[in-house]
Amino acid sequence: MSAQSATLKSKEELIEKWSKPEVISGSEMLLRSLLLEGVDCVFGYPGGAVLYIYDAMYGFTDFNHLLTRHEQGAIHAADGYARSTGKVGVCIATSGPGATNVVTGIATAYMDSVPLVVITGNVATHLIGTDAFQEADIVGITMPITKHSYLVRDAADLPRIIHEAFHIANTGRKGPVLIDIPKDVSAQKALFQPVKEVNLRGYHPTVQPNRGQVDKMIRAIEQAERPLLLVGGGAIYSGAHEELFEFVTKTEIPITTTLLGLGAFPSGHDLHIGMPGMHGTYTANNAIQNADLLINIGARFDDRVTGKLSGFAPKAKVVHIDIDPAEIGKNVTTEIPIVGDVKAVLGIANTLAKRADKADDWRSLLRDWKASKPFKYIDSEAELKPQWVVQMIHETTNGDAIVTTDVGQHQMWAAQYYPFKRPRSWVTSGGLGTMGFGFPSAIGAQMGNPGRTVVSINGDGGMQMCAQELAICAINNIPVKVAILNNQVLGMVRQWQELIHENRFSHIDLAGSPDFVKLAEAYGVRGFRASNKEEARQAWEEALRHPGPAVVEFVVRRDENVYPMVTQGSTIDQMIMGDSE
Amino acid sequence: MSKHTISILVNDQPGVMQRVSGLFGRRGFNIESITVGSSEEPGLSRMVIVTTGDDRTLEQIQKQLYKLIDVIKVVDVSSNPMVARELGLIKVSAEPAARPEILGIVETFRAAVVDIGPSTLIVQVVGDTEKIDAMVELLKPYGIRELSRTGVTAMARGSR
Repeated sequence: MSAQSATLKSKEELIEKWSKPEVISGSEMLLRSLLLEGVDCVFGYPGGAVLYIYDAMYGFTDFNHLLTRHEQGAIHAADGYARSTGKVGVCIATSGPGATNVVTGIATAYMDSVPLVVITGNVATHLIGTDAFQEADIVGITMPITKHSYLVRDAADLPRIIHEAFHIANTGRKGPVLIDIPKDVSAQKALFQPVKEVNLRGYHPTVQPNRGQVDKMIRAIEQAERPLLLVGGGAIYSGAHEELFEFVTKTEIPITTTLLGLGAFPSGHDLHIGMPGMHGTYTANNAIQNADLLINIGARFDDRVTGKLSGFAPKAKVVHIDIDPAEIGKNVTTEIPIVGDVKAVLGIANTLAKRADKADDWRSLLRDWKASKPFKYIDSEAELKPQWVVQMIHETTNGDAIVTTDVGQHQMWAAQYYPFKRPRSWVTSGGLGTMGFGFPSAIGAQMGNPGRTVVSINGDGGMQMCAQELAICAINNIPVKVAILNNQVLGMVRQWQELIHENRFSHIDLAGSPDFVKLAEAYGVRGFRASNKEEARQAWEEALRHPGPAVVEFVVRRDENVYPMVTQGSTIDQMIMGDSE
Repeated sequence: MSKHTISILVNDQPGVMQRVSGLFGRRGFNIESITVGSSEEPGLSRMVIVTTGDDRTLEQIQKQLYKLIDVIKVVDVSSNPMVARELGLIKVSAEPAARPEILGIVETFRAAVVDIGPSTLIVQVVGDTEKIDAMVELLKPYGIRELSRTGVTAMARGSR
């Protein structure tokens, strides 16, 4: 990738280099401060209010800047970078429309606790509040969807603010932080001194848990006959996959991982019973409903996981480990709350944990369910089935790719039929459910993981929400492999209209979509199309062998549904099994 | 559902009021009154919010408030003995003939007349919410032209 040319220096070297106080512009401070935070890649789009910032980047090669074709592409790319690397994703947009174009991406990151630092320009300080050209109150607009935000009024504050922003974004419950920089502040000259400490009186996330609470959990495990772990994205975000593996190995408690928790634990493991919730496994949902001890590790009891809340896990004593105390008891009454970082909590628990000896019958019951009720679909030789395509992608990438998805049916099929072995390999918008996320997030994931295969699985709907970013793949030779499961319809909406709205198919036909092969080629990206298994495998393997980006359009069956399915208002064991019966 | 008086110590930063009130609005928490002013420490402000909700809602309010970076401390002052006061200004119709009666009420309530116009009086009353409600009720028969209340500010009793 030509964009991978930044020469990174260590933070110590940089602090050394800039230790002598120096008067520089706010824009130069911004760049220096980003480098001090270890930023190697920024996604952005220039405009009037960030002209000074882009001027400071003229000829600048200390980090990469990727010019996307839409600010939404920039922020989703930063998000994919952050989810796949664990580092803070950074994007830059100008004031007004530039800033409002990143709102969806900020909300996406906020819902899934993804660390981002979003830098927006604003009109000059004296123009703020006058409805000036390209003015928008982006701090106000994004207040409910950011972890924190800053409107910078003095360039001298920039080093501190940027350091704080990175600290806030990537500690505690992670999330997006917005820094709004008026144009005059980015031009203003002030004394630059690297900031090394953070002093935030109102921000002290609890990392180490209360030891007594961990003891209570251990005792509950000893007594449990039907214990179950429900593991979410928090386990991945805290880097706790090794501790989690040790915990499961020691206790031998069966484990289900939520949509965002996929990869926290090897999917192929004997004790792993798949994903719970609306499109989860029979085993996971029934295990939750029958468990006598449910240990939630870094998940937030989202409605797509719990189904009808009043009937959720009716027999279980609930333990909830979360770094955000506000999540504990928010939806589900919790007997043993444990506030702390998952890695720290499991680290302590592992020194105490013993095998759950009373749970042998339970383990064998779940093993039987798992064997008799796997995800199933009716395959076809006449038509290409989307589930088969995902399985083929899994097979040809040895289950080792980073997979990003958009939102809808293809997302659920990817979650069901691409079993992950390791964390930070699965990038999907779970909370907000953002269409248009899948493809640009893959670009960010590839920038952060140049050595890995990155596959973006999309529908024909979502692909058209950010297709313009094919340009930056082509120009920078970012070798993302894009799979489009083209069923010519908004599939998940079609499915709900079929099953819940009595076949009243309203405004879901995507006739008029472009020829995706030609679209790819128009941007200089290799394009393929496949309508049967043989073509599909051939095209996909060719795309994987191709050293650059590639798009493969799989023409799949239109009326395929995602099963199992729990409809809204049902408890999660009331599953429509459909074709998977 | 019960009434709670929450005292919130916050950084005196632009937008902090918006962050706090926005949080209440977005999560469907009710605000009966909200007051803000400086605190004992320079750079920090104290907000007092009167809200209603069950214990679970109150717990969520406190936890969600703590997630705001600019929030330093949250105390449910109504969980212990407290002093809660608000101030009301009531502009009441008061033709000369009616004035002695009104002044009698004002005196009984230890309120004060802070302005006298040709046909109106402004009555200032300080006390808990119930006292001000009672004052308003008593002055209603004379005709209330305008009513302005500060909302409650509060503090725990003793050295707590």
